[in-house]
Amino acid sequence: MSEMAMGKQSFLAHLRAFVVRWVFSTNHKDIGTLYLWFSVIMFFVGGVLALLFRAELFAPGLQFMQPDFFNQLITMHGLVMVFGAVMPAFVGLANWMIPLMIGAPDMAMPRMNNLSFWILPFAFGILISTFFLDGPAPNFGWTFYAPLSTTYGPESTDYLIFAVHLMGISSIMGAINVIATILNMRAPGMKMMKMPIFCWTWLITAFLLIAVMPVLAGAVTMMLMDRHFGTSFFNAAGGGDPLLFQHVFWFFGHPEVYIMILPAFGIISHVIPTFSRKKLFGYKAMVYATAVIAFLSFIVWAHHMFVSGIPLGAELFFMYTTMLIAVPTGVKVFNWVLTMFKGSLSFEAPMLFAVAFVFLFTIGGFSGVMLSIVPADYQYHDTYFVVAHFHYVLVPGAIFSIFAGAYYWYPKWIGRMYNEKLAKWHFWLSAVFVNVTFFPMHFVGLAGMPRRIPDYALQFADFNMIASIGAAVFGLAQLLFLWNMIASYWKGKKVTENRPWEGAVGLEWTVPCPAPHHTFATPPVVKDEELQC
Amino acid sequence: MKNQNKSKKTIIITIIAVFLMFGFGFALVPIYDVFCDLTGLNGKTSNEISTEVSSVDKSRTITVEFVSTLNDGMPWIFKPNVFKVKLHPGEMKRVSFYAKNLSNKTITGQAIPSVSPGNAAKYLRKTECFCFNQQVLKPGEEIDMPIIFHVDRDLPKDINTITLSYTMFDAGAFPRADIERQGKIT
Repeated sequence: MSEMAMGKQSFLAHLRAFVVRWVFSTNHKDIGTLYLWFSVIMFFVGGVLALLFRAELFAPGLQFMQPDFFNQLITMHGLVMVFGAVMPAFVGLANWMIPLMIGAPDMAMPRMNNLSFWILPFAFGILISTFFLDGPAPNFGWTFYAPLSTTYGPESTDYLIFAVHLMGISSIMGAINVIATILNMRAPGMKMMKMPIFCWTWLITAFLLIAVMPVLAGAVTMMLMDRHFGTSFFNAAGGGDPLLFQHVFWFFGHPEVYIMILPAFGIISHVIPTFSRKKLFGYKAMVYATAVIAFLSFIVWAHHMFVSGIPLGAELFFMYTTMLIAVPTGVKVFNWVLTMFKGSLSFEAPMLFAVAFVFLFTIGGFSGVMLSIVPADYQYHDTYFVVAHFHYVLVPGAIFSIFAGAYYWYPKWIGRMYNEKLAKWHFWLSAVFVNVTFFPMHFVGLAGMPRRIPDYALQFADFNMIASIGAAVFGLAQLLFLWNMIASYWKGKKVTENRPWEGAVGLEWTVPCPAPHHTFATPPVVKDEELQC
Repeated sequence: MKNQNKSKKTIIITIIAVFLMFGFGFALVPIYDVFCDLTGLNGKTSNEISTEVSSVDKSRTITVEFVSTLNDGMPWIFKPNVFKVKLHPGEMKRVSFYAKNLSNKTITGQAIPSVSPGNAAKYLRKTECFCFNQQVLKPGEEIDMPIIFHVDRDLPKDINTITLSYTMFDAGAFPRADIERQGKIT
């Protein structure tokens, strides 16, 4: 046999081994890694879409694209970032860390875990393929309001419907897995109220997922029936009501917002105590606050619909319940600040992201309280102020917490340290330019610039140019993160001790770095010093 | 193993919860309708025929205005024959709307009512209304469509003007629309 044929054969054998290793893996660490890689890829896909429409918004007038294509870009940006980047990142972190944190050998249902990941590439393959098919991609915004998505929806809407079904099935299976793992597989001695806070926030998130993802599945099913089977859930001509869609959607949509932020609260509640070298302040209050936020998330949905003509009594109800959410959220912010108070602080990259999270998420929280005020919302509704608000809670909120988590647990995953200098560059560029991007949106929003429109009046030109420049630099800065994660795999400084961060507590820091493929085959003994409270 | 049995129970319960919540999503549809019916929110008028006769309250005069809209460039003329009437609570009134099909094909129309202010909706009682049925107009055909209604005596004191708006939809895709009168009599 010639050498080339041998080389080919061994290449095929390697490829086969690689595919078997990753495609059929039921190991929680492998699946966690897959989720995180998927999330990173989607983050860059969504980011490129954002940069495309920020290029269009760089100057007034239409430069590069027609309004319909602009609408397709913003729709896909929202769907990809929400369902493709943020949610899978948290599921990936849950897969990696929850079994390590509670001393379990794996997730409760390893095969279902594999299935729930491998559905996702197909879901997003279907969704993103709409760009390359005849006719427009979904072009009605990530909220796919009826009748835009029913009577007037392009044919590709059916692809969106089935993609959403698949994403829903994936998230539900992930959530069931998390609940079963946390409730049944904790190491002896780890009581619920002693559990690491990331597990608590994820447990509550999983219940939210189970409660609302089926409702979203119902909403898209009704859309499908309206589009093809002659029903009229959302069609007034047949006795339905388009407003009903908004109620059903936001009954899902508001808890969804907390699905994207509660795990972030969990990560931050690990990072801040570690780098403050103190215990988390008010562990119990943190748990209760998370539960209260989750409960309130079910009774505030109509604050997305203040201008849809709902009666005054309902507006008042939803205004007050929405404002009420500021209380448990305030408790959390207060506890993070008090955890840092008189601590022995050091500012490695995870801590920098965590501190920026506390500060910038709070700005997003405040603009949320402004939006909850009914008469004010009449002005803010559907303007860039709303865009600024939810990007402040999602980008320096959810995404920064994911960065914090990724840097924090990197040595545990890889066995090498990330490059601190590069990470600091990543942080400062991100933290500065996220504000350059989104802060001006508050101003143009208050001045009346509507969202989801490719063109704008001249007076908004300067701020939009600033936002576009900010977006470009912010986007490029993320390449530093990608490079750091990849290059440190080979070049990072080897970590020899189990606990590379001196202030870190938790069972995950009692196993070697990198964490062996199988951990806690026999349940560990939980010592008091490894608990957060 | 004990853990596995416990996990099995958790999984069964959570899967049941998933199906229940999927059902709840659909249950929101009737819940929403019942909620709007009971409260009169959303300006939805009842589709039930009112046969109740009440005495007339001469001490109040209510103005009822009529508004018509054609949905989505529907090629009809659709307008009220009178734009407003004054009446006492409890008093029966008969008004009519005019419609004409301007296109060269037969079109089925369905008028969907809405009342403003929303909390007046449940006090507007219709004995007969073209919105209970679909209208099928041949090319060029015109029609006068009646409504017989009264305003309930319990109408809140602060409401003196009610606007009744109809939007005419092309209902060709809905041959047996469920808006059709169900023969219920109150």
